[in-house]
Amino acid sequence: MSSIYSEIILDYYRYPRNKGQLSSPQVKAKDSNPLCGDVIEIQLELDSDNHVKDVRFNGQGCAISQASASMLTELVKGKSLDEVRKISKEDILSLIGGQLSAVRMKCALLSLKVLKTGLYTYLGSLDGSKGELSSL
Amino acid sequence: MQKTMPYNVEKIREDFPILKRAINGKPLVYLDNAATAQKPRQVIETLDRYYSEYNANIHRGIYKISEEATAAHEEARAKIARFINARHSEEIVFVRGTTEGINLVAHSWGRPNIGLGDGIILTEMEHHSNIVPWQLLAREKGASLKYVGISDDGILLKDDFHQHLENDGVKLFCVAHSSNVLGTINPVREMIREAHKHGCRVLVDAAQSVPHMPVDVQDLDCDFLAFSGHKMCGPTGIGVFYAKRELLEEMSPYHGGGEMIREVHLYESSWKPPPYKFEAGTVNIAGAIGLGAAVDYLSNLGMRNIRLHEREVTEYALDKLSKIKGLSIYGPKEAQTRGGIISFNLGDIHAHDMATLLDEDGIAVRAGHHCAQPLMERLGVPGTARASFYVYNTEEEVDLLASSLERAGRIFKL
Repeated sequence: MSSIYSEIILDYYRYPRNKGQLSSPQVKAKDSNPLCGDVIEIQLELDSDNHVKDVRFNGQGCAISQASASMLTELVKGKSLDEVRKISKEDILSLIGGQLSAVRMKCALLSLKVLKTGLYTYLGSLDGSKGELSSL
Repeated sequence: MQKTMPYNVEKIREDFPILKRAINGKPLVYLDNAATAQKPRQVIETLDRYYSEYNANIHRGIYKISEEATAAHEEARAKIARFINARHSEEIVFVRGTTEGINLVAHSWGRPNIGLGDGIILTEMEHHSNIVPWQLLAREKGASLKYVGISDDGILLKDDFHQHLENDGVKLFCVAHSSNVLGTINPVREMIREAHKHGCRVLVDAAQSVPHMPVDVQDLDCDFLAFSGHKMCGPTGIGVFYAKRELLEEMSPYHGGGEMIREVHLYESSWKPPPYKFEAGTVNIAGAIGLGAAVDYLSNLGMRNIRLHEREVTEYALDKLSKIKGLSIYGPKEAQTRGGIISFNLGDIHAHDMATLLDEDGIAVRAGHHCAQPLMERLGVPGTARASFYVYNTEEEVDLLASSLERAGRIFKL
């Protein structure tokens, strides 16, 4: 059968885009997946009308978690915070392409969870968003 | 060593209905036996018969089917006693699994016998279930934990062990008979003799040994031993805690409740003798009877034959896998000194990615820290992939594993 590990996933894993640190990010968050030991940190720098001016991720773990984090950084660049807020689970899964088991889904969605945690913390609405975050 | 009878693995495979399953259009290659073993129809039918024909609560029912259930439950206990060569059936306590057995020792023997400044010896290759209960006890009592280290080949360092035994107040040594990660079979018989010379009791975590090789508790002379039913073709939720009778007699109950008492008054109660004082509430009757059937099944194959079969498959796998470019294998290099467990990593492929890649070919392995995070730290890896063999695995399945690993290497361009 064909593999979930497409050329694209492998490429993002081996040559991650937007990996590193920003000097003064307004939005940042970090989390890990205790089951797998995947760790992801995401940082956003915003411009004056709250669009994502720059973005970085950092972390370690499996190819699924690292490649999806890198793909997510490309997706958010230039977007307004409102658009970032609307990024869904399905958006990430379609970036990855293919079917994932329930356990590996956690790897794929870790970066989105981290991004949203950072965003809601910045917007001061973290408490009201626990439901959405726990579904990731 | 020769097998005592022809070991017909194809015939054995017919006993396991699940092995007929296809995964992603390919035959299931089940190599996660260290986590749990598959069940032969003999065990499945025993459970079905219990629930269909004589399901009843045991011990106090004064009617036919309760008597049948009680007899079957106690017969299972006697079978297990014979299986590990316990001196008495009363030395077999039914628990949920190895974890509960270890916690029982910590609670009922550890609490009254281990105090401030005393020592508990553990090893770097223990499963979390043989670390965490001792951390809890040590914290509660002000006792200290001392670890026996391992060599780079995954062998226990005897000097560490001897050094720890020289300390005053070392009360208990807790050791895995066989490592769930490295496969190392530890020389527990010899270590138990050493420990006893220093007045130190020994608990053997036999979760990875009793299912795979002959284990004789009298020959080992261990004080405590625990294992799980589901890793030896039995049902989940049933396991065995063994202790020498004199120890069981002096130990307090672990749980209080029905069935474990002799008399209950408003302010005090007295207990039944072992093993019943440790079996409060309605026990896992079906589980115990099912485990009895698993013991029959394994005894019929012969534990020596099983050990020899697994050793052959492991030897074949060590040879085959070591030819794969970029593959690192952890643990002893010789099949002689290891059980049927091979932990490995391939190039920079994360263990979880490896498990997914193998699953795409219908091959089930475990990946991660295997509930042995201190050992992962010692090996300097975040995790490993692990293939583990049992009575029904074949060299052809090892070939499928090897070619799937080659495919993984190609996909990841190693």
